[in-house]
Amino acid sequence: MDDTAIGLWGVPLAILAGAIRVSTPFIFVSLGETITERSGRINLGLEGTLVFGAMTAYAIAVVTGSPWLGVAGAMVVGAAFGLVHGFICRLPKVNDIAIGIAMMQFGLGLAFFLGKSYIQPAAPHLPSIPFGFWSGLPQVRAALDINVLFLAGAALAFALRWALANTRLGLTLRVVGDSTDAARAMGINPDRVRLVATAIGGAFAAVGGAYLSLYYPGAWNEGISSGQGLMAVALVIFARWNPVGCFLAALLFGGAGALGPALQSVGVTSGYYLFYAAPYALTLVIMIATSSPNRPVPGMPGALSLTK
Amino acid sequence: MTIGMDEVSEAAIPAAGSWAGRLAEWTARRLEPVAIGLGAILIGLMLFSLFILALGKSPLMLFQLMYTGGFGSWFSIQNSLSRAAPLLLTALCVALPARLGLIVIGGEGALALGGVAAAAAALPLTHLLSPFPALIGMALAAMLAGGVWIGCVGALRHYRGVNETISSLLMSYIAIAVMNQLVEGVLRDPASLNKPSTPPLPADYMIGALPGMDVHWGFAIGIAACVVSYLLIETTTWGFAARIAGGNTRAAEVQGLPVGRLIVGFTALAGACAGLAGMIEVAAVQGSANGAIIAGYGYTGILVAFLARHNPLAIIPIAILIGGIDASGGLIQRRMGLPDATVLVLQGTLFIVILACETLYGRFKLFNPELWRRNL
Repeated sequence: MDDTAIGLWGVPLAILAGAIRVSTPFIFVSLGETITERSGRINLGLEGTLVFGAMTAYAIAVVTGSPWLGVAGAMVVGAAFGLVHGFICRLPKVNDIAIGIAMMQFGLGLAFFLGKSYIQPAAPHLPSIPFGFWSGLPQVRAALDINVLFLAGAALAFALRWALANTRLGLTLRVVGDSTDAARAMGINPDRVRLVATAIGGAFAAVGGAYLSLYYPGAWNEGISSGQGLMAVALVIFARWNPVGCFLAALLFGGAGALGPALQSVGVTSGYYLFYAAPYALTLVIMIATSSPNRPVPGMPGALSLTK
Repeated sequence: MTIGMDEVSEAAIPAAGSWAGRLAEWTARRLEPVAIGLGAILIGLMLFSLFILALGKSPLMLFQLMYTGGFGSWFSIQNSLSRAAPLLLTALCVALPARLGLIVIGGEGALALGGVAAAAAALPLTHLLSPFPALIGMALAAMLAGGVWIGCVGALRHYRGVNETISSLLMSYIAIAVMNQLVEGVLRDPASLNKPSTPPLPADYMIGALPGMDVHWGFAIGIAACVVSYLLIETTTWGFAARIAGGNTRAAEVQGLPVGRLIVGFTALAGACAGLAGMIEVAAVQGSANGAIIAGYGYTGILVAFLARHNPLAIIPIAILIGGIDASGGLIQRRMGLPDATVLVLQGTLFIVILACETLYGRFKLFNPELWRRNL
């Protein structure tokens, strides 16, 4: 067996491979949520958007034969979900967290409903680039077979960080997120900015879903997401609303998610389900470590209410 | 809270209105949530009908099947009531913390832990005790497990400032993993081959049916829990303190209310309800703890609690209604060829519309108590 050829080195390698392979949905959802939360609104419904995006991308890829059209379609429906969330949250007295939960249930239900007939057929996958061509070891080659969307997500994280700091749009977003009143005083319509920010957040989350159904694990079924959309929201807090931080945190989460299967491959089979819970436990520990009852989390947009 | 303030202003103003005026005022205040709630459900049903029409199916036929499947016969009514039983308890898991302004959505995990705790407690208890005390012991174990789990969510929120919505859902995933680990590991009955389960409860240790019905006692327990929760919130000092703390935490702290203990107490109580739902699923339906108790009752309970606006008494009819809609899913699938997720789409639509309609409160002059006070 090849695994025994590199022995226990297989574990860190599998974690690295997992970090790259599993992190992509986290990257896109958390970048999307960063944009939304930077505008002062929280969208907890991205889990539903992610799953609906996964279904849409898969269905379009099956019908048209093009995975990239699938990704584009997912972005459109993701933006539509974001617009619904943003539009309803504009109404006075409406709680954005509660609407997020409702959108999550609605998105999941609608995805299962419309996706029923796409569970069987196979869709073309998104391409990946073999960066491991130099190695003779198949494990290394598999680990460095990197999907285009991962690279796009990494580039997006750095681009977003630059744009938030240096562009007019980035500044507008930050002003709206830090103070609704200040934004109004500057002649900016905060509701419109938040609507657009939520729509963009939804579009990004749906790309994360498209990666799930079109690359890894690479098929559409009702259990495709194991809460990535929700963990990504927690990850944004950990990353302190910094896009590059989101990228690094997503890698960490991907590695944690790969821990269970990696240990299983070298013969550690007891406690499999507990290793499966590792990403959730890690998220929770990080949230506990980064929160404080007395002061807001550093870097938190002023208009955002995580704990009202 | 608004209720408290209204009471104060009423006391401050000498009884100016007539008897009829005060009756109208009271009715106006009570009718507002009923009217807006029914209106929202109507809008939700219309949107859902448009969706079904767009698919080329008849919404009328669907609603008729929903009625037949949920409430059309004595058999289907009993089925709906059995499905409502866990919803009553998981809805309380959302509604009780909501009184403190917390949105806790981790009922599914507390239910899973409660189920597995009950099954674990049953291993010694069924050998040591007769059925009734053994069931009490199982229920206590389940409530303890669920209570500690969701109580932790409350404690994290108050003492560490961790967002309770996210932490409760993360802990729900962890709880389900713990349950799977136990059911497939140390607690597994070696005889359960294809479907890992804990050892089955002996038949005489199962929760029986209510007299004259095919509905298990879990339904009565759920109703009792709702009534007790209502009395706790509306008539006791703790409930009053919780409502104040939910309205304005800082004001409550300044007044010297033990906000931390209230939060931990209410979340623990909420978790105990969801844990009890897990025990009932194990001891009245499944006969052992296994993957089948993770049936989404925790998530549907969120919808029930929000539809009921976190009023424990309103949870009772709404849990029965949603239980009936759930029960009709199979019939809709068979007769109309629609996926079983149809029910989920309807529930999601209703959920969004109901929340969006929160914006209508205070918009209608008809429901303004002041108007009636002045004019009658």
